[in-house]
Amino acid sequence: MNALLEVRNLKVYFPIEEGIFRRATDYVRAVDGVSFEIEAGTTVGLVGESGSGKSTIGKAIVRLVDPTEGEVYYRNDNISSLDDRAFFPFRKKIQMIFQDPFNSLNPRMTVAGIIGEPLEIHFPELSKRERGEKIAQLLTEVGLSPDHMNRYPHQFSGGQRQRIGIARALSVEPEFIICDEAVSALDVSVQAQIINLLQDVQREYRLTYLFIAHDLAVIEHISDFVLVMNRGKLVETATAEEIYANPQDPYTRKLLDAIPRMPTISGG
Amino acid sequence: MPENPLLEVKDLRITFRSRDSVNPAVKGIEFSLGRGETLAIVGESGSGKSVTALALSRLLPPPPACTLSGEIHFRGRDLMTVTEKELRRVRGKQIAYIFQEPSASLNPFFSVGHQIAEAIRLHRPEVSDVRAEVIEALDLVGIQRPEIRFRDYPHQMSGGMQQRAMIAMALSCHPRILVADEPTTALDVTIQAQILDLMQRLKEQLEMSIILITHNFGIVDGFADRLIVMYRGDIVESGSTEEVLSDPQHPYTKALIACIPKLGAKQERLLTIDYSAL
Ligand SMILES: Nc1ncnc2c1ncn2[C@@H]1O[C@H](COP(=O)(O)OP(=O)(O)O)[C@@H](O)[C@H]1O
Ligand SMILES: Nc1ncnc2c1ncn2[C@@H]1O[C@H](COP(=O)(O)OP(=O)(O)O)[C@@H](O)[C@H]1O
Ligand SMILES: [Mg+2]
Ligand SMILES: [Mg+2]
Repeated sequence: MNALLEVRNLKVYFPIEEGIFRRATDYVRAVDGVSFEIEAGTTVGLVGESGSGKSTIGKAIVRLVDPTEGEVYYRNDNISSLDDRAFFPFRKKIQMIFQDPFNSLNPRMTVAGIIGEPLEIHFPELSKRERGEKIAQLLTEVGLSPDHMNRYPHQFSGGQRQRIGIARALSVEPEFIICDEAVSALDVSVQAQIINLLQDVQREYRLTYLFIAHDLAVIEHISDFVLVMNRGKLVETATAEEIYANPQDPYTRKLLDAIPRMPTISGG
Repeated sequence: MPENPLLEVKDLRITFRSRDSVNPAVKGIEFSLGRGETLAIVGESGSGKSVTALALSRLLPPPPACTLSGEIHFRGRDLMTVTEKELRRVRGKQIAYIFQEPSASLNPFFSVGHQIAEAIRLHRPEVSDVRAEVIEALDLVGIQRPEIRFRDYPHQMSGGMQQRAMIAMALSCHPRILVADEPTTALDVTIQAQILDLMQRLKEQLEMSIILITHNFGIVDGFADRLIVMYRGDIVESGSTEEVLSDPQHPYTKALIACIPKLGAKQERLLTIDYSAL
């Protein structure tokens, strides 16, 4: 098997509980039988409208939610059946970057604390000084300055906070990063910078991405392969070129049609 | 520039002051808005779009925290000099706002219908059958079975529905100007397209003007008649939407258009804005 990650027939159902006995009367089929593979070093884009189940797939991979059915393989390990102890090494290999950097960063921690925390967990052998050096190097890597180390998240713009989130994810030398709407809340100008940064560090560290977004133009730009999701199911899987040039599913066409066409001009 | 505009803003300056800083957020801009016209204000976060919009009906904090100067001519008066009482007749009634987050306008503790009814009672006391008017407002924005849905609380509606309800509330007072501040930024593209279509249709039906505020050039094409581009509190370019989109003059405008990922463009890297060159 060549895939870094393989999701097989994944189902995640959330019970809808009613009455005083909190009996599950029905289920939200958030993810309903999804299968796909991600080759090492590639970017797979996952696109669909809100509520279609994208985040739930990401959460099931890192075990923030339990699958109702199905398996997740990382290389040859079935990581969906591991206990927490056995899953620990995968917490280092698989990182997540979220939409709202402000909510996912602890407001009372300095930048050094935010980036240093996963380092302490996964690289306990580092001395304090080595950790400091590593944090400084990571900040430079993501386009911030080592001088920013002692500042707090609220002292940064949205784009800078997303850079901090990326530095934190990179700190533990991951192989695979799930970016869940990581650029969706940013201005288009800042979005472009962050997308470029994600592509730069991908090349540098041979990272593999699952890139979740509701914007098909962003997905098409960044992805090698695209998964289109609607109501818990994948309705189309194809290369980025095919999705744009030759969409098969009516839902994919609907998403494409809704995107405003921009004039292509030179300059910038 | 439209002749005999509905709104004309001259030398608008907005400055925020705190104990240790002075922030000239808007540095003397001018623009106008014609009857039935849609004007887009485009620019990045912090460029001064929202404060410009709020200044139109003087919704900014009072001095010394915020000082405001210039002229805002609207229907024959300068709103910069009118009394608070006159301003209250303009706010919501003549100039209505919708925002990115419906929660900025909709109160979670009251049903949507109740809130629209309150707005109508306040701004249009002449209306006798308020309930019918509420149902009509909800119907206008495409909410199905409005006679049932008007009892819904905001949390019982999807994001797109809440956005529609907020538009219904803003429009129920028949404003002359609808200011839409990033109204679709938080929505899915398909819902975004529906909301823009809806605003376009209502503009024609109700003969109002629209000011659309956005950081994304992608949504102005086919929607706005004219646009202004703001950068750090100044207008760097303005013109008809077609003109500016097809032949942008200012390097900042070009950069802001160029940084949007384009479907099928197969770019290696996205272009970014080189601020040092501006
Ligand atoms: N913890 C949960 N409990 C119950 N329902 C949930 C939970 N998480 C997600 N859902 C539901 O699952 C569906 C898919 O959600 P999500 O994966 O967040 O979608 P997306 O990321 O595509 O917007 C939605 O209907 C959502 O309301
Ligand atoms: N209530 C306020 N108090 C102090 N400064 C403010 C306030 N509102 C806006 N500003 C400042 O004014 C400038 C313009 O803000 P804004 O109009 O919100 O930008 P935009 O809508 O273009 O993103 C920013 O520098 C912002 O920090
Ligand atoms: Mg999500
Ligand atoms: Mg704003």
